[in-house]
Amino acid sequence: MIRLVAGAALLVMLLRPEWMAPLLSPLTRNGAPAIYAQSSLLDLALSHLALVAAATLASTLVAVALAVLVTRRAGAEFRPLARTVTQVGQTLPPVAVLALAVPMLGFGTWPTLLALFLYGMLPIFENAVTALSGLPPPVAEAARAMGYTPRQRLLRIELPLALPVILAGVRLSAVIALSTAAIGSTVAARTLGEVIIAGLVSNNPAFVVQGGLLVGLIAILLSDALTVLERRLRA
Amino acid sequence: MIEIRNLSRRFGTVMAVDDVSLTIAKGEMVALVGTSGSGKTTLLRMLNRLVEPSSGTVLLNGQDTAALPAHLLRRRIGYAIQGHGLFPHYTVARNIAAVPELLGWPAAQIRERVDELLTLFGMPPADFRNRRPAALSGGQQQRVGVARALAARPEVLLMDEPFGALDPVTRAQAQADLRRIQRQLGTTTVLVTHDMEEALALGDRIAVMDRGRLVQCASPAAILTRPATEFVARLTGQSDRPFRLLGLVPVADLAEPGAASGTPVDPALSAREALAECLWSGREALPLTGGGRVTLHRLAERARGAE
Ligand SMILES: Nc1ncnc2c1ncn2[C@@H]1O[C@H](COP(=O)(O)OP(=O)(O)OP(=O)(O)O)[C@@H](O)[C@H]1O
Ligand SMILES: [Mg+2]
Repeated sequence: MIRLVAGAALLVMLLRPEWMAPLLSPLTRNGAPAIYAQSSLLDLALSHLALVAAATLASTLVAVALAVLVTRRAGAEFRPLARTVTQVGQTLPPVAVLALAVPMLGFGTWPTLLALFLYGMLPIFENAVTALSGLPPPVAEAARAMGYTPRQRLLRIELPLALPVILAGVRLSAVIALSTAAIGSTVAARTLGEVIIAGLVSNNPAFVVQGGLLVGLIAILLSDALTVLERRLRA
Repeated sequence: MIEIRNLSRRFGTVMAVDDVSLTIAKGEMVALVGTSGSGKTTLLRMLNRLVEPSSGTVLLNGQDTAALPAHLLRRRIGYAIQGHGLFPHYTVARNIAAVPELLGWPAAQIRERVDELLTLFGMPPADFRNRRPAALSGGQQQRVGVARALAARPEVLLMDEPFGALDPVTRAQAQADLRRIQRQLGTTTVLVTHDMEEALALGDRIAVMDRGRLVQCASPAAILTRPATEFVARLTGQSDRPFRLLGLVPVADLAEPGAASGTPVDPALSAREALAECLWSGREALPLTGGGRVTLHRLAERARGAE
């Protein structure tokens, strides 16, 4: 039900933004426009989502690879190091990463990607490590005793069993990235943050609300979809 | 055939297994007993190299097991443990199919083998094939665990207290199934157990371990009547010894011609059960179904260790 309402609201805001004008116009002052029109909201949303998808994918690949590494016997000694790295990734405010990355990577998409990628690794890494080291000992022993090679154990037993928990980390990370991506517009990445920033700059709360609502709705729907997927996998 | 030669394993300062030598014939079932911490599990796990020996060798059909890659060796050796260790994300059928799949059997042959094993263990394939392990009772999980261990027709079956967690009735059934199937397939088997009754019921020979050393390996009757050490005598339970001895033979073996009064008993019952019946019904002799009788005197004689 909530899902349907959120979906419908999102579609209206993206495809028929002018329908929102009566709701948002009370927030404007001095006859400023209620609806952001500099660029298509749909384009912004798609580019926002693409940025989040790319960053989350990268975080997932790196974090899961790190988790696999440190849960092998040979890699166990790197566990504290990997944990520190991912924690630092999360503690560094994305704004700071942007500020530091722009001189090296220029304006636009790349510094934003980097910031989101670093910020999103921790939850995936932590979940993956927990899941991979939580394999019930008899199952681990049985796999070894059946004659699975280490790689077969990883691919056929450990990762499939860890998948729901890893996915929960991915969901968390994707939702965080979704709301954080907005700040990418401060360095000229094309995201829904553009609408919010335009509102702040021109002192127009209607834009801020519009941008914020859009990001929020997408976040709810995305989290919901990933939760459904997770349940499927667990069953 | 398994030949264990001067096998030792040290953990820090503990000699978990200390210079054990033992040859197990093809098709034989050896029950490995001993107090907790005596090294049974460690010895068993050295046979499929889940634990690497500190010294000594294991030969499987004359071939040094250390010379093979461990994962290839293990595909030839079935392994069933107390916590069954079924893969929770696989169906019963895929669990049983694990080793045949690793060995690259054709799919049709695997399917046939899975159904054959499920039937052998009294679990109708149509009903059980597609269930997850979580949807089975403990006894059924255990049976699937043993079926999985036997799936690829291994030369050797290793079992570590496989029935430890089952209730007495289920356990007796599982033991009977194991004995029947093991005889039928002729799989060389090593069974670790804490339960002396189980060892006596299943083992062709019983191997007794004490603080890492193998102190005796002999037939059940010999273990009971001629324990090699005080420890073996204590382990086999002196007070139960006469009854355990009787438990080893069917009453038919002690039959003599003649008649007796009362309800006849099945000659396939153990002599122990016949003794219980004598005592309970206050009879000096029991008639056997199909003729002949067994006397309390003969039972008592046998219980003292006479042949
Ligand atoms: N991985 C290990 N690291 C250190 N010590 C070990 C290890 N495995 C076994 N041991 C020690 O080796 C000895 C024999 O252990 P083992 O598990 O073989 O005994 P067991 O006869 O199987 O006992 P139980 O009947 O309780 O299962 C014990 O003292 C145990 O503490
Ligand atoms: Mg043990």
